[in-house]
Amino acid sequence: MRNNLLDAVAVAPPSAGPPADPLGLRARSRRTSAWLLGLGVALALTVVAGVGAGAVAVDPLTTLQVLGHHLLGTPGEVTWDPSADAIIWQVRLPRVLLALAVGAGLAVCGVALQAMVRNVLADPYLLGINSGASSGAAAAILFGALAGLGQYALSISAFLGALAASMLVFLVARSGGRVTSVRMLLAGVAVGYALSGLTSFLVFASGSAEGARSVLFWLLGSLGLAQWDGALGAVVVVVLLSTAVLTLWGRGLDALAVGDETAHTLGISPDRFRTLLLVVVSLCVAVVVAAAGSIGFVGLVVPHLARRAVGSTHVRVVPVAALMGAVLLVWADVAARTLLAPQEIPIGIITSVVGAPFLLVLIRRLHATSA
Amino acid sequence: MITGRDLSYAYGTRRRSTPVLTGVDVDARAGRVLGLIGPNGSGKTTLLRLLHAALRSPTGRVEVDGETVVDLGPREAARRLAVVVQEHGGESTMTVGEMVLLGRTPHLGTFQRTGDADHEAATDALRRVGADHLGPRAFAGLSGGERQRVLIARALAQEATHLLLDEPTNHLDVRYQHEVMTLVRDLATTSVVVLHDLALAARYCDDVVLLGGGRVVASGEAADVLTPEVLEPVYGIRVRQLVVDGETHLLLRPQPTQPTQPTPTPAGGTR
Repeated sequence: MRNNLLDAVAVAPPSAGPPADPLGLRARSRRTSAWLLGLGVALALTVVAGVGAGAVAVDPLTTLQVLGHHLLGTPGEVTWDPSADAIIWQVRLPRVLLALAVGAGLAVCGVALQAMVRNVLADPYLLGINSGASSGAAAAILFGALAGLGQYALSISAFLGALAASMLVFLVARSGGRVTSVRMLLAGVAVGYALSGLTSFLVFASGSAEGARSVLFWLLGSLGLAQWDGALGAVVVVVLLSTAVLTLWGRGLDALAVGDETAHTLGISPDRFRTLLLVVVSLCVAVVVAAAGSIGFVGLVVPHLARRAVGSTHVRVVPVAALMGAVLLVWADVAARTLLAPQEIPIGIITSVVGAPFLLVLIRRLHATSA
Repeated sequence: MITGRDLSYAYGTRRRSTPVLTGVDVDARAGRVLGLIGPNGSGKTTLLRLLHAALRSPTGRVEVDGETVVDLGPREAARRLAVVVQEHGGESTMTVGEMVLLGRTPHLGTFQRTGDADHEAATDALRRVGADHLGPRAFAGLSGGERQRVLIARALAQEATHLLLDEPTNHLDVRYQHEVMTLVRDLATTSVVVLHDLALAARYCDDVVLLGGGRVVASGEAADVLTPEVLEPVYGIRVRQLVVDGETHLLLRPQPTQPTQPTPTPAGGTR
């Protein structure tokens, strides 16, 4: 408010005229810029802190030196412990990068899904995609499915399961040529239940206690598989592209969030647009889940945080949510690695334990503000 | 000008369908306000949806200034027809300004951001509905009357040549009902308004289409359609015309005894 007044005085003479910002846009974009800037700084700090933290702590200066050496070639001389170098460059940096990508991916998919079904309780796992990925992962862990693919067997099997689940949901939701939000929700729930049943059956049928434990670990989510490989590259690229596309489709998401009929009157075919969104979101979630298991609550809570921060125009919400999700997930992973070190806690436990109370607070506020 | 010929629609599946409209003709003449009236379930809203191609009639066609709406495609159609629907997105956390700017969507490429011209159009639209002071406010925090004005502003920001409104006076108190309808009439664009209230139709519409049982019972100039002889059998009420201060008003009362009213026979309208 104060900024607005100052602007009006600075820009125009204090004569009576139209208000400087009649649509209230400038205030919002200033707020968004502030958030983006703040989150950008937080992201940089988070990367340094996240890479340094762990069972073997590395001080920030050394961390920066190692990162600088690998990324920019500075300084030429290696003055630090080579084991710190290996820990940072080989182990932790890929893991932090994966956390960033997974957090951002889950957050933007949550934003898109909440707009698509006009329900603030929607999250990326609504479509049964994680259940499909779990079945695929269970098949790989317990029965050695796709073992010929070596180190990629687990990720690819999980990815294929996720893709199969989302296609099933899509086919059911699209029957009759229209993709309605209710049908999408119900199809997602049904497919999700069926596939979690399948996963449980696979665990039961294998009869291996060791295998069951690995599947459980995977179900709860972990970034432990991160390393410099094609899987990491795929996640980063897909998440970046999805974030860009969803940001650019912001106005369409705005219209769809108001209602199908409104979207139609604005020249957007709700069925066609929802189909496109479903393709982007399914692909993004499938890649993310295949790499890190089902990490809950990020895709549900972060969209709320982002909307509280910058309002509900999606061209602002999507990038802000991406940064928030990225930063939050790195910290969740730091907690997962350090709380019971050297034992690692599945990250899904951290996000649920922190996310659920958070959501409860948001729900209480929601009821207080809207009638 | 909007012309609808031989429009029909049935809800439900192919096997079990309930016909809502059968063989309806509509003409919204340039620069005039056309009212769509009729009892509950007579197909008013369905007809409006057919006019802006949210639904498609299996028979006949709808033309806007001589071009078939369905062939125009959604974006081009939205540049000619601005629609105020009943769904208002009340739980949205958008500001009024952002809501009105959404009206610019059909003029912008998918990836194009709004520019100065769009902001000007939106500001201007808000001014025309007398809501320029609401711009930075939260849409969800507005009263029903303010919301309706903002949604009309969004339609105006669309800069379409035709305006369609689905029961714009719903849930509004009497003063706002008149305000909204005065606004629509003063815009002087070709408008089609679905109305429940016969008194509002009589006061603000130039032409009226009266629907009953999914067919056109009567259509023409408001003064010719809104008469006791035409309205009484369709609504099952008693209608009298009163002249107060030189203006003709409709006085609507229930039938003296309450026999179960037979569904109005659509045949033989006074067309």
